[in-house]
Amino acid sequence: MKKDGNLSVLLNGIIKENPTLVLILGTCPTLATTTNVFGAFGMGVATLAVLICSNILISLLRRVIPDNVRIPCYIVIIAGFVTIVQMLVHAFIPDLYDMLGVYLALIVVNCIILGRAEMFAGKNSVGRSALDGLGMGIGFTLALCSMAAIREVFGAASFAGIAIPALENYKIEFLVKAPGGMLVYGLLIALVGIITAGKAPKKKSFSCAGCPGAHICGSSDCAKGKEEA
Amino acid sequence: MDNLLSLSASPHIHSGRSTSAIMRDVLIALLPTTVAGTIIFGLRSLLVVAVCVISCVLLEALYNLITKKDQTIGDLSAAVTGLLLALNLPANVPIWQCVVGCVFAIILVKCLFGGIGRNLVNPAITARVFMLVSFSSLAKAAFPANVDAVSSATPLMQIEQGTVPSLLDLFLGKNGGAIGEVSAAALLVGFIYLLCRRVITWHIPVSFIGSVFLLSFALEGSATTALALILSGGLFIGAIFMATDYVTSPPTPLGKIVFGLGAGLLTFLIRHFGAYPEGVSFAILFMNILTPYIEKLGAFKVFGGRKA
Repeated sequence: MKKDGNLSVLLNGIIKENPTLVLILGTCPTLATTTNVFGAFGMGVATLAVLICSNILISLLRRVIPDNVRIPCYIVIIAGFVTIVQMLVHAFIPDLYDMLGVYLALIVVNCIILGRAEMFAGKNSVGRSALDGLGMGIGFTLALCSMAAIREVFGAASFAGIAIPALENYKIEFLVKAPGGMLVYGLLIALVGIITAGKAPKKKSFSCAGCPGAHICGSSDCAKGKEEA
Repeated sequence: MDNLLSLSASPHIHSGRSTSAIMRDVLIALLPTTVAGTIIFGLRSLLVVAVCVISCVLLEALYNLITKKDQTIGDLSAAVTGLLLALNLPANVPIWQCVVGCVFAIILVKCLFGGIGRNLVNPAITARVFMLVSFSSLAKAAFPANVDAVSSATPLMQIEQGTVPSLLDLFLGKNGGAIGEVSAAALLVGFIYLLCRRVITWHIPVSFIGSVFLLSFALEGSATTALALILSGGLFIGAIFMATDYVTSPPTPLGKIVFGLGAGLLTFLIRHFGAYPEGVSFAILFMNILTPYIEKLGAFKVFGGRKA
């Protein structure tokens, strides 16, 4: 795998490899917490904080963690940071804590964090991993906020809880319900697809080099991937 | 009779029929219903029909222009979608909601999936479900001028409360509901026209309405109530005009009957045990999604072909 520059590591997460809209990771919190811009922003920032911390720590420990038990190790590290973030939010922003409910604790199993640990932090230097976490976190936050803005403004006629009187009689309640979330999500994915047409990472760059099962997989494609990696 | 619509091995003979001819027949078949709706609910329903048809056609034209695709409004399918959507709305629906519904039907359900023939689900029925979920005011259906709107409930609600409305009123359309769903008589005229023109076959409407009747009869134990149940709500317009959409229903006779039975069963279940009073649109939407799997049931074996 050729190495990207530091700047592009940071920028990758925002559009080109946006975790929710291009890599399609972390869809659960995306659909669940985007009915309100305030909640979406809180969720994005909480994930961003966990992502940077866990990326740094995992990158620091990448030569110490035994390969065979690396996933449990990652989970324990991530769970530690999630607990810290959860306690902080509970103590300082109780409104947000009530709004996000179980989804705050579920950041532990957010695919974006585990995915970045596995695909990036486990193989790259501390500085680059921190940048990657920052970029991915910002991309996640932006995606959540734009989705929430569309759903809240047109579905509930408010923005971050502040009512918009002009739209009061023109609410499309469908958008704040679960199927509306799916619809807006799909449309945003399509939009990003149009913007990044041809530039989005090809499947191959993820397939074998980034595959957690590469070392036990016997397929010839995988062997090639291992050499490249 | 059914050969025109069935799948068979080559060689094929071109019947000379085109999409626009079929769609024109559907429009003609919907004419009695539109007229009946206008008589029952007044001129306001004509306005709803006009807004829906015009916005559907314009939206499709606009989408084709913007994406530089061949213009497809000539096949009249957008006009059919607009008319069907309008007939599925109550006459007092706000105009902006009609336009939002048309955007959903034409742009999201039809054009984004690749236009006519490639849509996964019926645009009109999906837009109706979308509007039902979005605009809670839609559930308060319009009532004819000569029926007291304050003390009346739609026939389905009345039956739920234990009073069976007069069958003749239901048949002719003297009750509350959407513009096109109240008059079973006008819908049947359209059904007979479509059958004579061989645009649709009897399989889906008969198995759909028949299964709802039998299930209701089994539950209620009274033929009158069961008849009232099939005459009320959107069952006739759904079974005759929406469930028979070529794109989203199976092409083989066996598949059609399975499709109709499934839609009938779902309608019955939603009506009696679901949260919504009417289940026809949800049932058709659900069966639309199952259609690719039903199609495998009735597929013809190709002589000498490999086992699928």
